[in-house]
Amino acid sequence: MARPAQPISAQATYGSGLRKLTIAAAALMLLALTMVFFWVPNDADQGFLQKIFYIHVPLAIISLCGFVAGGVLAIFHLRTGDRRWDMRSYVAIHLSLVFAVGTLITGSIWARGSWGHWWVWSEPTLVSFLIVFLLYATYQPLRFAIEDPERQARYASVFAITCGAFVPLNFLAVRLSTQYLHPRVLGETSNLPWKFALTFYVSLLAMTVLFVALWKFEMTAKQTRAQVRTLRRLLTEDRSDFVPASGRSAAPRPDAPLTPAPTTPGSAGRVHPPAPAPALTRTSPR
Amino acid sequence: MSAPTPAAPPAPGQTTTPGQPLSGPAAAAVTAPPGILATVGALLRKELRVELRTLESVPGMSLFAVTTFVVFHFALNQSSVDGDLASGILWVTLLFAAMLGVNRLFVADAEQGGFDGFLLAPVDRSALFLAKAAALLIYLLVLEVVAVPAFALLLLLPPLHQALPDLLLVLLLADIGIAVIGTLIAAMTVRTRARDLLGPLLALPLLVPVIIGGARATSPLFALTHAGGSPARWLGTLGLYDLVFGLIAYAVFDFLLEE
Repeated sequence: MARPAQPISAQATYGSGLRKLTIAAAALMLLALTMVFFWVPNDADQGFLQKIFYIHVPLAIISLCGFVAGGVLAIFHLRTGDRRWDMRSYVAIHLSLVFAVGTLITGSIWARGSWGHWWVWSEPTLVSFLIVFLLYATYQPLRFAIEDPERQARYASVFAITCGAFVPLNFLAVRLSTQYLHPRVLGETSNLPWKFALTFYVSLLAMTVLFVALWKFEMTAKQTRAQVRTLRRLLTEDRSDFVPASGRSAAPRPDAPLTPAPTTPGSAGRVHPPAPAPALTRTSPR
Repeated sequence: MSAPTPAAPPAPGQTTTPGQPLSGPAAAAVTAPPGILATVGALLRKELRVELRTLESVPGMSLFAVTTFVVFHFALNQSSVDGDLASGILWVTLLFAAMLGVNRLFVADAEQGGFDGFLLAPVDRSALFLAKAAALLIYLLVLEVVAVPAFALLLLLPPLHQALPDLLLVLLLADIGIAVIGTLIAAMTVRTRARDLLGPLLALPLLVPVIIGGARATSPLFALTHAGGSPARWLGTLGLYDLVFGLIAYAVFDFLLEE
């Protein structure tokens, strides 16, 4: 996993406003759940079961948007060569995967309740969502299989862009292939009572804010961890190991060139990754 | 001016380097780098020559396809198939056989310095993508020349000739999609630790729309009562897929080559 060491000047980027955002996310989620359980009436058709819709659909929409956003952030990474964009893209895709698991579970529960089966193949939305999920489930294995951090970031961005474009096209192809069964809620808002619509949009907003807050949390955590590691390495004062460590050579500083020029191109990938490990083991006996 | 010459020494063990075929035109016009078409042509000739000399992809893919038909015969316990089942068997077999070719596509370049030789040459990097995709497309077409008659001989109940004109179009459209995505994924996974595992793992979900389009367009062609041609919407889906992913792969492929 790429953990670019941040320069000290960029320290407060992700931590700022985190508390306000967290409070907003918690309040909105509370409001949305209150509306879902106590305010909006039961559906005439499906009764209480239909309320899972206010969780399931926002989860699905946000996770798909998160996948596409991961692709857009990856475009910025490839255009600028700034590794922080790769980190943003990684975190967006990672969180979207978590949301996608939630979508699949809530969708299965709903399908079991209303159609009588945990899984329905004739339903295009389910099938295309599963394909997208399976595709993005390979994102992390791909990253872990590449040792050179700089190349890992680049390849992961290529993957994120390709798959970001795949998401809408896949939905088109699968939808063409089967008849509709899934309730089309957003397409027919005209016959949706306003109480249902309002609750749905509040839930969607709450889920969006929750996603952004979680994204900022993970970014802050990764940044802090990188800084702690940098500081710990500085404290050990082991300069000989400190200089060639992989995180430093491709540090995402805007002023520094992306690829370290003096190293030989072929050996860069194999020499760098083991470097941090001896630094830790050698300093501990001292 | 000295550009084509350093391409030869770094890979002495190779039968042909990407740089070598360029020395002819490059020697004639020393200052101007070769155009993209000349580069693609040279790279494609090198690809096909390597394949003809080593015979490591296409015969294996074809044999795999024929063997898979036999496996399907025993697994399904049916001596002949038609309609949806026939279409599904053909497409699953072709897709998995294509995965074998995808896994092999860049291995020689990664292991024997072909990438380094190519990067040293003063040519457009997209040329490598176009040449590799064209080579994979040719492999797939040769595979189908073997696999489709074998399928008709071993398993298919309706006569092949009633399906043939439409089937060729569907195969071509699907092959372009498989070649484009396969080349991109092969370049992405060739220098990873578990490339044989990651290649199919990444490529199969990406190719699901191709399988949907190919299988749905083929199943009316294999129906017992010949219902008519392939529905236009499936051909449209395949064409749209080829176009979108062709452009995307062409745009992002350069980033897989930098060192």
